[in-house]
Amino acid sequence: MEPKAATTIVARDVDMTFDGGVEALAHVNVAIDAGSFVSIVGPSGCGKSTFLRLVSGLIQASSGSIEVDGAEPSEARRLRRHLSYVLQDATLLDWRPVATNVALPLELRGTAQSEVDQRVEACLQLVGLQDMAHLYPHQLSGGMRMRVSIARALVTEPGLLLMDEPFGALDEISRQRLNHDLLALWCQRQWTCIFVTHSVQEAVFLSQQVMVMTPRPGQIRAVHDVDFPYPRSRSLRTDPAFGRLVARVSEDLVSEDLQS
Amino acid sequence: MVAEATGHMMKIFRIVLPPALTLVVVVAAWQLLIFVFSIPPYILPGPLVVAAAISKHLDSLLHAAALTAQAAIAGFVLSLLVGFTTAVMFSQSEWIERSLYPYAIFLQTVPIVAVAPLIVLWIGHGLTGVIAVSFIISLFPIVANTTAGLTSVTPPLRDLFALHDASRWQLLWKLQVPHAVPAMLTGARISCGLSVIGAIVGEFFTGYGTQDFGLGYWITQTNVHVKTPYLFACVLFSTGLGLLFFGVVSVLNRLVLRRWAAAH
Repeated sequence: MEPKAATTIVARDVDMTFDGGVEALAHVNVAIDAGSFVSIVGPSGCGKSTFLRLVSGLIQASSGSIEVDGAEPSEARRLRRHLSYVLQDATLLDWRPVATNVALPLELRGTAQSEVDQRVEACLQLVGLQDMAHLYPHQLSGGMRMRVSIARALVTEPGLLLMDEPFGALDEISRQRLNHDLLALWCQRQWTCIFVTHSVQEAVFLSQQVMVMTPRPGQIRAVHDVDFPYPRSRSLRTDPAFGRLVARVSEDLVSEDLQS
Repeated sequence: MVAEATGHMMKIFRIVLPPALTLVVVVAAWQLLIFVFSIPPYILPGPLVVAAAISKHLDSLLHAAALTAQAAIAGFVLSLLVGFTTAVMFSQSEWIERSLYPYAIFLQTVPIVAVAPLIVLWIGHGLTGVIAVSFIISLFPIVANTTAGLTSVTPPLRDLFALHDASRWQLLWKLQVPHAVPAMLTGARISCGLSVIGAIVGEFFTGYGTQDFGLGYWITQTNVHVKTPYLFACVLFSTGLGLLFFGVVSVLNRLVLRRWAAAH
């Protein structure tokens, strides 16, 4: 099973206004290359999650267009089955052990059982949970639950991984460990990754590009390129250049908040 | 090992001893009350008289309890099946739910004792009539709890299934139904007790033939003929039956819910 080719995303002048009149996004223009790792940071409620939901095709933009590999998002999702989505909440099914939780996406698309078993085992190995396959979610720590969620996202060999504050609820140690493991996986597989986070540090550490959004209605205020080479090691976090970039991004993030 | 076993015994002791003591005290006080005020047995029989009535009528009591249990089990199982199906329909269409739910509440609010003779009249005397009364009274808690369970799936989980373009059928069987299991069991725990009450109420108005009578029939008969010790025995057996039902469903509940431990 070859990994699917990574996905390209183009958003042109996207507006999103919800039924209640809440304007979540305004004039968002984004181009994300295949196989790149892009983070979005922004204040709470700025529409970061809305953007991911638009890209996933769960909701539709009020105006403007989003193209995922040249197609409308929900169409691209149905045709290519290339997309996985990881949320802050691990969204595991409490009544299933780890293995069948990871198997769910394959089960829903009717993959043959022998292939399911094989892929689930491989994915559990990737996230270091090969010995936990039979445990139930309530027997796992928050970090392990998130690993299961990531394994479930990877089991379909995605070309696009959307991550909405996946590590936001974890303690700092688990969070850093998962950052490293996620990067290691990405270096192997090179899916396109859009990673939403509150943490500028996390965004800079992980990504090739950090997009900073304004408060609602969200717009892209700035895009910072992050040129540190991969694989990135722990020592990068204490590098002065890393600190300077984090400071610059943070400044962009808070500038308007301070004025208002 | 021995220490562990002793610890376990101690725990059981701590749980069982207080209510057992209460029982002994109450029964003793009851007997004393009869003795001190010389209350005649047809007003309030003492525990010894009731025990004598039980041993005298044991065969017919057990036979009656078995018949009542049979009707209650049938009513309960029927309410599980119909209740589950109704709840699934409600969960699939808000339209159906809105049109029918008020009447489900109406059905629940009608005093069952008042309509039981009608139900027996319409459905027929004998077992079917009794099952029908038991079924009607057990139905609502199943419908209400199962519907709540099926429709309370959180949006992120719904999104997860939507993202994988799950069919309605998959959403129902792989997400909504398993998610609703704990709520369903809560409904079942309420209904199993009600099903016994329903069967007894049904039996107030009909027997099972010329020879076979349930506990409800004997409750009315012993009441009319002022055989109060026997009436007490019937009440005790009815209560015992209800407890037995509740116990069995509770044990099943615990076994099944082990998996759902996170939700509880």
